[in-house]
Amino acid sequence: MARLTESNVKIAREIIGRYPRPKSATIPLLHLAQEQDGYVTNEAMSHIADLVGCTAAEVLGTCTFYEMFKMEPVGKYVINICGTMSCALLGAHELMHHAEQQLGIRAGSTTPDGLITLEHAECQAACTEAPCLQVNYRYRFRVTTEGIDQLIDDLRGAKLTEEIPPHGTVARVRQHIPVNVGVGAVDPDTVSTAPAWLAVKEEAK
Amino acid sequence: MTATESPATEEPTEPVDPNEVKVTINGHDVSARKGELIIAAAERTGTYIPRFCYHERMSSVGMCRMCLCEVDTGRGPALTPTCMFPVAPGMVINTESPVAKAAQAGIIELLLANHPLDCPVCDKGGECPLQDQAVSHGPGESRFVEEKRHYEKPIPISDLVFLDRERCILCDRCTRFADEVAGDPLISFTHRGNETQVLTFPNEPFVSYFSGNTVQICPVGALTASPYRFKARPWDLEEAHSTCTTCAVGCQTVVQSSRDELLRYQGYDSEAVNWGWLCDRGRFNFEAPNSDQRLGTPAVKSADGTGLVEASWSEAITKAAALIKTALDTDGPTGIGIIGGARGSNEDAYAWARFARTVLHTDNVDAQLLDGLSPAVLTLPRATINDAAAATTVVLLCGDLKEELPVLFLRLRDAADKRGVKVLEFTPKSTGMTKYSWRSVNYLSGGQARIVRDTIAQADVAEQLAKGPVVIVAGTANLAESDQFQIDALAALLDAAPTATVLPAFRRGNVVGALQLGLTPATDGMHTDDILTAAAEGRLALLILLGADPLSDFPDTTLATRAFAGARSIIAIDTFVNHSSQHADVVLAAAGYGEKRGYTTNIEGRVVPLAQKVTAHGTSRPDWMIAGDLARALGAQWSLDSVDAITDAIATNVAAYAGATREALAEATDGVLAVPESSSALETSGAEVPMSSGYNFKLVVGRKLYDQAISTQLSHSLAGLTPGAKLHLHSLDLDRLGGPGAPLKVTSKTASVVLTSVADDGVPRGAAWVEFNQSNINIAALLDAASPATDVRVETVS
Ligand code: SF4
Ligand code: SF4
Ligand code: FES
Repeated sequence: MARLTESNVKIAREIIGRYPRPKSATIPLLHLAQEQDGYVTNEAMSHIADLVGCTAAEVLGTCTFYEMFKMEPVGKYVINICGTMSCALLGAHELMHHAEQQLGIRAGSTTPDGLITLEHAECQAACTEAPCLQVNYRYRFRVTTEGIDQLIDDLRGAKLTEEIPPHGTVARVRQHIPVNVGVGAVDPDTVSTAPAWLAVKEEAK
Repeated sequence: MTATESPATEEPTEPVDPNEVKVTINGHDVSARKGELIIAAAERTGTYIPRFCYHERMSSVGMCRMCLCEVDTGRGPALTPTCMFPVAPGMVINTESPVAKAAQAGIIELLLANHPLDCPVCDKGGECPLQDQAVSHGPGESRFVEEKRHYEKPIPISDLVFLDRERCILCDRCTRFADEVAGDPLISFTHRGNETQVLTFPNEPFVSYFSGNTVQICPVGALTASPYRFKARPWDLEEAHSTCTTCAVGCQTVVQSSRDELLRYQGYDSEAVNWGWLCDRGRFNFEAPNSDQRLGTPAVKSADGTGLVEASWSEAITKAAALIKTALDTDGPTGIGIIGGARGSNEDAYAWARFARTVLHTDNVDAQLLDGLSPAVLTLPRATINDAAAATTVVLLCGDLKEELPVLFLRLRDAADKRGVKVLEFTPKSTGMTKYSWRSVNYLSGGQARIVRDTIAQADVAEQLAKGPVVIVAGTANLAESDQFQIDALAALLDAAPTATVLPAFRRGNVVGALQLGLTPATDGMHTDDILTAAAEGRLALLILLGADPLSDFPDTTLATRAFAGARSIIAIDTFVNHSSQHADVVLAAAGYGEKRGYTTNIEGRVVPLAQKVTAHGTSRPDWMIAGDLARALGAQWSLDSVDAITDAIATNVAAYAGATREALAEATDGVLAVPESSSALETSGAEVPMSSGYNFKLVVGRKLYDQAISTQLSHSLAGLTPGAKLHLHSLDLDRLGGPGAPLKVTSKTASVVLTSVADDGVPRGAAWVEFNQSNINIAALLDAASPATDVRVETVS
């Protein structure tokens, strides 16, 4: 049973408070759930549905749309090797093959010790640094087979714990936005007058 | 140039309609309406644009792209999804240009790329928009040779609906319906791209009272309903336009049969009533008329008095006539009471009202079983459903519409959610409408009139009521109290909003028709409770049950049971042998739904058709014919010998139905309104009843959509959906009694029962809410028809 923990519910409520409509907090809360358990559990989705006032089916619809939300347990570290054009030309497929050999798993699966998940990825927007990969969405550029070996060793040897938090953690330092500092967005349904900037734009014409 | 030739001074030849938009469709000038979508304007003016996702009762989403046509807004023709764009002046629309046709054919080819094409084993085959439009607009063949997408063949997404994801074309109709129309977004698009699929959340099935509509609007065979799967091919179905009489909303339907068996009801889009929707109870209870428990022949009490034996019609009618004769001889007309009549057609009701008055000379007739408001409500200025949906304020003073009049709930939910209608609700417990209400006010049984007066005295409420048209939906919210409390509250509302109109939330199929056509005391006759009391006290020589089952339905089982013991004889006219009719001396087999023609009257007073689609079961006959048989056997004059003759007699003799002539009814698209002349005479009492000492809760008994009603129980797909009765208490009240889940003993003046408790903060403190007519408990045993409210003592079971 991995609903959100009590302290995470507190965070969840703070996040919900930033939006004029609670349902808008669905994605940040999915991140919170993924941070808590490393992946998004069904229980967490039900819990989020309760918190934002929608059905679990709607949360499921949102969650499954995004590949970065994992619906099943993944390793503590998720390695995504880019396979799109520039990286492919510069040896990404060989890198993937090498990583598969070193880890003893196929792309899309997790090592038996639960440490590393290996995944193929589409363009990571670092074509100038090809071939590239990400570990829990932290970049590694111009990767070589030796670099892969080193990376795996470092991950196994817990040498990168400082740099790379476990899968699901978006940032180590959580942003806190006190309500009185927020932009005070209002529910679009209750807006009756046009926003101020619109008037400014009209005048400029 | 002379002044008269100047265009500046020329008089326009015809007034310009500000709402008209002139466009060209396929070379013809067409007058469209401002804001109208191209696809709708084209259809209204005779050009059909193919579509899958577009549905006129839901918002446009542009999901399928099947409606692509060439549209020129002045910048040259461009392919445009016509379900997403409203018309604009001067638009040139081409639905059949080579480019448009190529686009449409391309979409079909893409949709079929992954479609299994298992038409020969698909229920939709023969009435499938994908099949039809693949033929009419498709390319004829496909260039795709790749393997298609595969999913597990149909998965149940609820007890009633199956989903075949291979067939789904992802049009978003079912998911949009669940979200926008029903308000139950329990199905959703999940995953992305090629993997996109409709799913429920694991272990949270698509439980909705309206799920069957998704099956009807799915443009492919992806959604099928368990009661109809593999029952028939569309081309074998015969159909007729009819009306659902499961409740009194009067949803318009198409009744379909094959080989003389009812097989399916489909919603029919009536602008005035149901917009094409049906609730699942109304849609799927076609199984009941086909049930093997139907009564096919009359029956009479066996010689030893222990049961019923089949009899011929002449035998049964002779026996019934003899019972009537004896009753008249011994006790006179007042010794006969007739209960029921809300199940039949207008013609049935009228024939029986005439039979009671002119043959039996009794005024002891009542179509209600103490479960509705006084018929005086029907003489208040009547609102239609569309009036309510267009009002400024709708005041709900009735039971839970979602449970009792489901499609009225859909219409009002739409009005509140999408059209800015403010709903002010007065209720003993939160309802399906509560979350769509502007203000929802709870009261304790008996206190509603006071609460209504206090609420409407608040400045903002008074201001809201003064803003524009007010429609009050008035009905029974609690079977454990006298209807007088609701009437008092209604009178208070009408005082504050004198121009308000009233939509009666009466529940039984044709109860409004029955009451308006005379199945209610006209002068000093007895109502059902008095008839049963008279029977219990041995003062009733003959009890006639016209499709009524008081032993299950009357909210005071003790009285009903005593009445059955005390009545000297009983005649039942029914489609089934039920709890009550099994005690009758004579049971006359009545024709059921779909087996007889005529009209029915809905809550608005709308007279709408009932079609005969199949032959009556066995030798059963319509109620009106049985009235005639009995009249003749009693030697009385009788001329109501055909449905048409009775429809004519109603139009001639009943003022409210003067407009409901056969000709008018045949021509009307949405029926004909028959509403008695308004007379604002509500008898108020003003009394509020204090809690009796020794008791600590006000009992509220409410209805659920699925209960022990025979039409639900004999429809196997629905029978399992009854929730069972539980004791619902506010969590703070429940805390004092040991918390939720604990069995609690509920004691009234008449009986005591043990119920499982649940915490329900929709119930106000001090109230105890229980579902009516469920199998696990007979809550009606706690009720006492003679006392205005039911106080109970709730205590832990030691
Ligand atoms: S199941 Fe039917 S209605 Fe639902 S999205 Fe698929 S094709 Fe459309
Ligand atoms: S709302 Fe009433 S009339 Fe309409 S389908 Fe349901 S039971 Fe029938
Ligand atoms: S009907 Fe227009 S996009 Fe589907």
